Parts: sequence; C-alpha cells; structure tokens
Amino acid sequence: MLNRRSLSSLAATLLVALALPAQAQFRVEISGVGATQLPIAIAKFRDEEKATPSLSISAIVRADLERSGQFRSVDAPGALDENSAPVFTDWRSRAADALAAGSITRLADGRFDVRFKLWDVVKGTVLAGQSTAVEAGDLRLAAHRIADTIYEKLTGNKGVFSTRIAYVTKGGGRYTVRVADADGEGGQVALTSAEPIISPAWSPDGKQLAYVSFERQKAVVYTQDTASGARREIANFRGSNSAPAWSPDGQTLAVTLSRDTGSQIFLVDRNGAIVRKLTSSNSIDTEATFAPDGRSLYFVSDRGGGPQIYRVSLNGGNAERVTFGGNYNISPSISPDGRTLAYISRVGGAFRLHTLDLGASNAQPVALTDTSDDEHPSFAPNGRLIIYASRAERRDVLMTTTLDGKIKARLLSTTADVREPSWGPYGR
Amino acid sequence: MNLTHSLLSTRSAMFAVFTAALLAGCSSVKLDDVPVETRTPTAAGAGAGAGAAGTGQSRVEPVDLTKGAGNAGGSGRVIYFDFDSYVVKDEYRGVIDSYAKALAADRKKHLSVEGHTDERGGREYNLALGQKRAEAVAKSLALLGAGDAQVEAVSFGKERPAVQGSDEAAWAKNRRAELNYR
Repeated sequence: MLNRRSLSSLAATLLVALALPAQAQFRVEISGVGATQLPIAIAKFRDEEKATPSLSISAIVRADLERSGQFRSVDAPGALDENSAPVFTDWRSRAADALAAGSITRLADGRFDVRFKLWDVVKGTVLAGQSTAVEAGDLRLAAHRIADTIYEKLTGNKGVFSTRIAYVTKGGGRYTVRVADADGEGGQVALTSAEPIISPAWSPDGKQLAYVSFERQKAVVYTQDTASGARREIANFRGSNSAPAWSPDGQTLAVTLSRDTGSQIFLVDRNGAIVRKLTSSNSIDTEATFAPDGRSLYFVSDRGGGPQIYRVSLNGGNAERVTFGGNYNISPSISPDGRTLAYISRVGGAFRLHTLDLGASNAQPVALTDTSDDEHPSFAPNGRLIIYASRAERRDVLMTTTLDGKIKARLLSTTADVREPSWGPYGR
Repeated sequence: MNLTHSLLSTRSAMFAVFTAALLAGCSSVKLDDVPVETRTPTAAGAGAGAGAAGTGQSRVEPVDLTKGAGNAGGSGRVIYFDFDSYVVKDEYRGVIDSYAKALAADRKKHLSVEGHTDERGGREYNLALGQKRAEAVAKSLALLGAGDAQVEAVSFGKERPAVQGSDEAAWAKNRRAELNYR
C-alpha cells in the first residue's frame, strides 16, 4: 500500500532537470519537493538574449529561487518588462502568487542597466523595483541581487544568492582554489598548485581565504587576499599545520599544529604569531570552528576512542562532548544563529551529512542525505542552506541542501573533481 | 497560498517607496561621469563553471604556483600500517634501524617522514591520522639513535594516495609512511 510516507520519498527521488539550451554550460539540477513552495513566475527579461547572449539573467534568478527550496517556478510566456501592466487575473489563473519581469540595456559606457519589478499577483500590487548599472563581469551578481530582493520581499528572510563560495577543484594534475557565485557558477581562479590544497575558509569580512597548501611538501596554512592575490604564511611550524578557522571578529584563527607532536589546536593572530594553545590532550584534536558568538569552539577529538565533536569555552574549562550517536563524527559547521550543528557522521560504511539541534537536550542526529561520501559541510550566512561535498558518477561534486534535506541541488557541471566548499559571508 | 497572503499584506504601502527607488535608480546613471574601465581577465586553467572572469566587485586575482614547480615527493622507503593502526610493525625494524644508524652517523642529514591514510573519511581528520603514523615512525627512529632535530614528521592525509582505487588492496597500499631525505 502506498502510504503518505512512501509517496513523499518517491517525490524526493524525483529529479527535476531544468535545461537551458541557450546556456548549455548553465544547468541546474534540483531534486526533491518542499512542503510549502511559493509559486512565482519570472518572465524572460526584455533584450536579455540580445544584450547578454552568454548568460540569462532571468534563468539565474529562477534557478536561485528554486534552489532555495522555498519557491516553485511557474511558466511565464509572453513579452513583459518592468514597465508592463500585468493582467493579474491571468497570472492568478496560472496559479502564480508573484510575478517578476525586467529588462537589460547596454549603456554607452559599456555597462549594462538591469531593471526589474516584482508584483504581488494576488493583491495586484508592486512589491519591489530596482535599476542598477553594472560592468559585464558583475552581471551574474546583478541577477543574484535581484533574486535576493525577491527572496527577502516574499519570505521575510535575507537571501544568500549574491554571496560567494570558495572550493577546490582537482583536474589535469592541478589543484585550484576557485571563488564563485553561490550557485557555483562564474568561478574565478584564486590559486593554482601542483600540490594538494584543502580546507579553504572565508574570513568574516569576505576578503580573505585561509587554506592548507602542500606546496612545500608539507601542510602549511596560508591566508590570501582574493582581490589582490597577496598571500601570507600563517602557520608553518615543524610538523603539520592545518584546519584554519577564523574567529568571528576576524582577528585570530584557530589552527591545528603538530609542532609539539600530536595534533592540537592553537590560536594564532593574523600575522601567524601564536596567541595560545587551546587544547592539550594526548589525542587528536582538530577541525576547530568558532561558535558565532566567538565564546566557544567546536572541534573534533578522538579522546574517547573514535572521532567525536566537542565544545570548549575559550575562557577555559573542560571540553564537553556534543555528539554521541555513532562512532565517527567529524567536520563540524555551526549555523549562524548557533543553534544547529551540521557534521559528517559515519553510518555503516557511509559518510553522511547530519544535523543536530544544539538547543534541545535530547536531540537526535538527523541524516540529510542517503549518499555515502559526504564531506565538509558549510552553512549559508542566512542559515537556510548547507553546502557540502559528495560523490556522484564517480566524481567529487558540490551539493546544496535545505535544512530539512528535502531540496537538494547539484552545483556546477564540470569534468573536474570539486570539493572542500566554504560559504562566504554577506557582501563582497 | 496563506504564506504569500500574510507576507504580502504588509507590503502594499511600500509601492510608492519602490517607485521612487526605481526613478532614482534610473536617473543615477550619469554617463559623462563614469570612467570606462576595461579589465582583461587573466584567470588561468580550465574553467569549472561558466563564463566571464569578474571585474568590479567580483574580481579575484589569480595566483599560479605551478610555474617553477617540480619538487614533488620523493620515492623513499615505505612502511605500511594495518587498518586503524599506528603501530610500526616488527617487520620494519630493520628499515628503521638502518635509517636511524645513517642519521646517527651523519648529524647533518635530515629525514622527512610522511604519513598517509586511505581515502575513507574526512580530509582533516585523515591528515591528523597520517601525522600520528609519521610520528610513530619518528619516535622509533629517535629510540634507535636519530636526533630529534634530524627527523620531521609530516602528513599528507588522504591527499596523495600511492594507489588509486576503492578496495582493500588499494587502501592497504595507501596506509603508509614514506621516508625521504631532505
């Protein structure tokens, strides 16, 4: 018998592929069905094919909203722009609750004027309108900002579509740190190396990346200003130097050093001077991440046997164990409100993305995936999505998921292995 | 949809504000004042993801370390470890002893012990596990006469497997420590 539960799991495996022939390289794969999705129609922007043939602003906006899990796209035929007077009864009959339309005009100075308007179809009112002039290199940014405005107007929450992510690709014998839009597209190279690079982490101001590079035949922690390319050696002590995590004020980084033998967590300043040693155990202590208030640190330790996630106050005191289910729990990421822990837990032989409610006393881990090679979760700055690495079709891929695990999207279609995502802060 | 109705109901009063914003936006583009800036994208490597290299607010300056690179890892002796183990097995006693003797005989010699793991699990945790293996070998070398300052234990975690593959045969070849003079 097909009950509600099996129906919803059937729906969850449904793969919706939105293929855009005009932009073959831009392909969005979204799977799953959310509980409450707001139906929105986003019309093709007037002149977008003429002005910007290599990318479709409306398609970017549409994909952003769908990936959030909170919107469902409704067809928007016909020619519309921000000056149109939509016939709201028509759009209501299409079951759209909101409608967006706009235009793109190439300006005399080579920039593009991007305009849009958002209507509440049900009430027949205008909700938002904007006009921005951007350089060609910021057209994707303009599209993501439109998606942010629509998202905020309709959900009341801040959108994250105009934020950036960093990740590492491996292909052709090279390791490359890339900085891309939150949808994984528009990737730009920050660093290329013949040796492995892991653990990129955005500074809280979104200007720098910390990462671990093996270019000196050992693990060394660097920071790099993304706009200028200027690099700084933050930790290059005897042994291995790894797992950088910025403090919320951006003034210090937690790093794992083996300089005293054994992997222990230290606090260093932005010039790499050791401030103090944060853990002293005879076990592995690594993968530190700060609580959003900066007062405590979550980290991974095998002091109890297998790796588990612990929390320690920066004012001292004993570390308390946070994860109890399973015998292999690693890679903590804390939601911006400090309430949810995302981490990787081994279940059987499978490494799966889980969350744990940090506020509830007897909270049980929740598996968000049914895949087996999940790695390195990172929260979006609004706490509504998690980006993580996984494997599909024998490649390392990046995925986003809503916190209930219902809507997942695979970012990027590339032949390279893509891994180690870090979601940057608001602003750029 | 209830969600929409409740969210949208408070917004209708903002119509005038947005119209004003739209008009202000239109008039803010002063064509004469804006310097035309052309930046040539220099991004290297095959592109993952689409399109134009950034300019303006999206600009990222690329750094390329591959030029002049070529100091990849050596091909020294290899010590293999059992699953989930950091114990240097007795069969490697002879290897360790000969390295320790060579280091004791020449205090100017420096040895790098590189720990490695198989592919299962997280990158950072595996880096720490590889470090533990390397340190176990370094400790054995010290006990047999090598100077502390002559041996550096480092780890590559699962980042530099000796063998590709996802079966026990490949994993066994990747759980290892490599000894290379520096």
